[in-house]
Amino acid sequence: MAILEVKNLSKNFGGLMANRDLDLEVEEGEIRGVIGPNGAGKTTFFNVISGVYKPSGGTIKFDGTLISNLSPDKIAGLGVVRTFQRVALFPNFTVLENVNIGRHLHARESLFGAVFGMSKQKEIENLEKSRQIVDFLGMTEHQDELASNLPYGLQRALNVAIALATEPRLLMLDEPVAGMNPTETAEMTRIIRLIRDEMGMTVMLVEHDMRTVMNLCDKITVIDFGEKLAEGLPQEIRANKDVIEAYLGAEDIVA
Amino acid sequence: MMRYLAALAVLVGFAIMPEVIGEYYVEIMILFMINLILASSFRLITTCGDWSLSHVVFMGVGAYATALLAKFLGWPFWGTVLLGGMASAVIGLAVVFPLLRTKGFGFFIGSFALGEFVRLIWVKFHFPFGGPRGMIGIPSIELSDIDFYEAIPYYYLVLLFTIACLAILYRIDLSRTGKVLKAIYADEDLSRCIGINVARYRAMAFSVSAFFAGIAGVLLAHRLGAIDPKNFDVNTMVYLVIWVVVGGVGSFWGPLIGVAVMMLVGEAARPLAEWRPLLFGGILIVFLTLLPGGLDSLMSKVREMLDKRTADGTEKI
Ligand SMILES: Nc1ncnc2c1ncn2[C@@H]1O[C@H](COP(=O)(O)OP(=O)(O)OP(=O)(O)O)[C@@H](O)[C@H]1O
Ligand SMILES: [Mg+2]
Repeated sequence: MAILEVKNLSKNFGGLMANRDLDLEVEEGEIRGVIGPNGAGKTTFFNVISGVYKPSGGTIKFDGTLISNLSPDKIAGLGVVRTFQRVALFPNFTVLENVNIGRHLHARESLFGAVFGMSKQKEIENLEKSRQIVDFLGMTEHQDELASNLPYGLQRALNVAIALATEPRLLMLDEPVAGMNPTETAEMTRIIRLIRDEMGMTVMLVEHDMRTVMNLCDKITVIDFGEKLAEGLPQEIRANKDVIEAYLGAEDIVA
Repeated sequence: MMRYLAALAVLVGFAIMPEVIGEYYVEIMILFMINLILASSFRLITTCGDWSLSHVVFMGVGAYATALLAKFLGWPFWGTVLLGGMASAVIGLAVVFPLLRTKGFGFFIGSFALGEFVRLIWVKFHFPFGGPRGMIGIPSIELSDIDFYEAIPYYYLVLLFTIACLAILYRIDLSRTGKVLKAIYADEDLSRCIGINVARYRAMAFSVSAFFAGIAGVLLAHRLGAIDPKNFDVNTMVYLVIWVVVGGVGSFWGPLIGVAVMMLVGEAARPLAEWRPLLFGGILIVFLTLLPGGLDSLMSKVREMLDKRTADGTEKI
């Protein structure tokens, strides 16, 4: 059974149909790519699945549970966590504090616990886990720096680290390598593969960088004007006429 | 080490102060400490980005609860202080609930409207609240033969409560809960998407902060012996906002410094009489435009500069 089942999903903004009748199934352990031209509705799709927007129609099931009308925090609690296309972090916290906030779902601190320091043991464990994740993303030497002082590439990496700290079952990454230099891109690609292979998470990612997508994904879904245009293995997508047309002039998909 | 010494010095200072200053200043110090609790609890809500314009009303809830319980039912201090705080916390929850749909300016205005609603209940109902003239004859505190009608014993009682309240608020600030509130302020969407129930945390912050405002109100009511709705109107609220803006909410210490500085300014400016509000308004504008982070941000800037200078110095050597 698919871990994520999306049926007939639509999202309208006034008259604009940003997503229409999208169907999609993601298998557990898969790395799924979602591609499409600018404004195709990919980020909207992520926003709807993660509960940031309510769908205008259709259903979303995660692991058999209907999540299409839940709030983002409930959806995260069930194990679906997404990153943002923009840099989204807590600028006045250090790198380690940022990641440790990501441990929220594993903390469950009560007010009395907060005042009387009753969750100390739990917090030591959370901090340890946060350190591991910082290390996993190769940011140990920056762990005490303020997030706002990091260079752009590391801020993007920190976005992924915060999401990872929640230990999701489905991790959704919105353009994880956008704006990264080739070295950083290669490193992030390696990390995303490890997230699936070693941590056993299912990954869904939106990305414009075709090399990364073709390299990484087991299967690719193409969205154009809010609709599903094609779906298949990377080599199928690369050869698909409709896809090439939608990317008219975008020679990078053939490369 | 330095910090512990400083804390110890402050504590000792507060402990011996009544012996050194006159009775008039002991009364001022009592108000000062009550205001510390009020300002520090106010900061708690601002850490998640909610600027409430109803905070002093919750001080009023504690004060009115005290008046009712002590005057009509003859409750002892331990009862009034506990129930005064609880009443504020519960009414705080009721007030914040409809406000959770709003943010920023909407929250600011909405909190004013709901706070005013609570306050108008005191104005409109002569029984039991005494209407616009308020309630008089609130008993002072008597605990195991100590008469707290005297200023000096009352000073120590308030000192004890101030230490306890500020310690709890400080612990909350440093805890994960305190960080979650700051995270919500920094990036609400991101906070939600990593599993934070934003509404729940905002409601909790509001209710807890109302609780401590209520305690401040209990201490105030027992001291003044008389309260009226004007004590808790938007005028008083504006003073609280000025303290907190002048001090800054960036750190736990900002609002405390703000209360200290502005109460000093207020005392020094007594000769200005009815011109004082103008001075306070001017100070508010100056801080909002020139130093929006308050004195707190100024201190951290100075600290940074000093750090840099020492760093440069060592490099040259
Ligand atoms: N909150 C919103 N209100 C109104 N319109 C929106 C909103 N969010 C997105 N849209 C519109 O929906 C369409 C799809 O936008 P979306 O951000 O999902 O595209 P995308 O595929 O992620 O594009 P890109 O590759 O540039 O990130 C666009 O026309 C956009 O302007
Ligand atoms: Mg997008």
